[in-house]
Amino acid sequence: MKPASFDYHAPATLAEALELLGDDAVESRVLAGGQSLVPMMNFRLAVPEALVDLRRIEELRYLRTGADGALEVGARTTQAELLRDPAVAAGWPLLHAGVTHVGHPQVRSRGTVCGSLAHHDPHGELPALALALGATITVAGPDGRRRIAAEDFFVSFYEVALESGEMVVEARFPAPPAGSGWSFREIARRHGDFALVGVACLVAPAETRLVVFGAAERPLLLADPGEVAAAVRPLDDLHASAEYRRQVAVQLAGEALAEARERAGG
Amino acid sequence: MADPGGEREVRLVVNGVERVAAAEPRLLLSDFLRHRLGLTGTHVGCEHGVCGACTVLLDGEPVRSCLVFAVQAEGAELRTVEGLAGEDGELGPVQRAFHEAHGMQCGFCTPGFLISLTALLEERPGASEEELVDALSGNLCRCTGYANILAAARAARDQAAERA
Ligand SMILES: Cc1cc2nc3c(=O)[nH]c(=O)nc-3n(C[C@@H](O)[C@H](O)[C@H](O)COP(=O)(O)OP(=O)(O)OC[C@H]3O[C@@H](n4cnc5c(N)ncnc54)[C@H](O)[C@@H]3O)c2cc1C
Ligand code: FES
Ligand code: FES
Repeated sequence: MKPASFDYHAPATLAEALELLGDDAVESRVLAGGQSLVPMMNFRLAVPEALVDLRRIEELRYLRTGADGALEVGARTTQAELLRDPAVAAGWPLLHAGVTHVGHPQVRSRGTVCGSLAHHDPHGELPALALALGATITVAGPDGRRRIAAEDFFVSFYEVALESGEMVVEARFPAPPAGSGWSFREIARRHGDFALVGVACLVAPAETRLVVFGAAERPLLLADPGEVAAAVRPLDDLHASAEYRRQVAVQLAGEALAEARERAGG
Repeated sequence: MADPGGEREVRLVVNGVERVAAAEPRLLLSDFLRHRLGLTGTHVGCEHGVCGACTVLLDGEPVRSCLVFAVQAEGAELRTVEGLAGEDGELGPVQRAFHEAHGMQCGFCTPGFLISLTALLEERPGASEEELVDALSGNLCRCTGYANILAAARAARDQAAERA
């Protein structure tokens, strides 16, 4: 239960971090909050040659509202910082509610929002929330920056649309349109455990975004609960059978849509 | 070339005292505390973030010390269970509550519970029942069934609320 040997860097700037990550001779990984990476290293499921720790990069430590009203979350911002911000609770109640289900306070104190997106556990709350809220993920690499829509970012189990040498620098969550309603529901063995299945739903005047997670290799964006049964591809595992997950997904989707519509005021 | 995974110096403040010791990057903060600094009050159960026995306060926030490398704590301020008692060794208020309500059996999980609860009550002395349960939900105990731990937590909360 001890990690293998590795080299450690804690650069002070993003430019230095990108330079380290761009060195093809060394297999390096970003270390953000370490709440997924360190367990994997302790089990030796991950054996990186070097870690690039983001902890000293002040330019990535922000949580702010951009010019277009979107919430901009820098790569160093922790889940606890997001939960403590009253502007997030007021303006992005779906995001706030969903993140309260991520682990425990002692995990959210270090786990980052962007790290959870980059890690992409399909049972994780943040990828589903990003998809429901129409977030974009800004990544930086040797060829500069690009923005990727959440729809295109989550590829498969623990796989995202990052190229070699790239890292996530920011997640942007657009402000939910006026008159929208939301709902977040999940079934987990205990509060703070990964969800067996969950649903994040945003009902806006112009569109309904219903996201089912824990039921396929990535979160699924659907428009109607009627699509859930056919769309999900749940797995059988120790925690629950595929059939159970399918039934719960259908049930939660219906409940979440009704609740989101009610909050939207009709 | 220097050994890339080799030891380097880590300087930090633990329970108000500056400490310096060597650590390879792969040394977990939990092992650094126990084996390098001799602070064995921080317990190690699962080493993958699930049990909470290794919880310490890092710059005021409760964290799993088994999920932090010691090198990441360079320059940080740590509090461990050894820092909860007064200088004369008298139990701190949260420790006293656990003692009086019999909030432990074997005691293996206790340091983690004490630290998690200390973190909560310093931020929210009048924490609600729900907040108490949420703050402690990341700590596992295989002995008590939690009833006495919650009783101790409520007593500590009531005292903290009175002092606040
Ligand atoms: C007890 C426990 C319970 C948990 N419960 C839940 C839960 O219920 N739901 C949930 O969703 N998660 C849960 N988690 C995991 C969650 O806490 C992690 O915070 C999150 O998955 C990863 O964020 P991190 O900042 O810790 O990333 P790290 O662990 O540092 O990194 C994870 C991976 O992402 C990569 N990475 C991180 N940041 C970047 C970046 N900016 N750019 C590129 N790559 C990057 C790393 O290289 C690594 O491969 C739990 C963890 C623990 C220990
Ligand atoms: S030993 Fe750190 S959480 Fe179990
Ligand atoms: S008292 Fe024994 S594990 Fe909690």
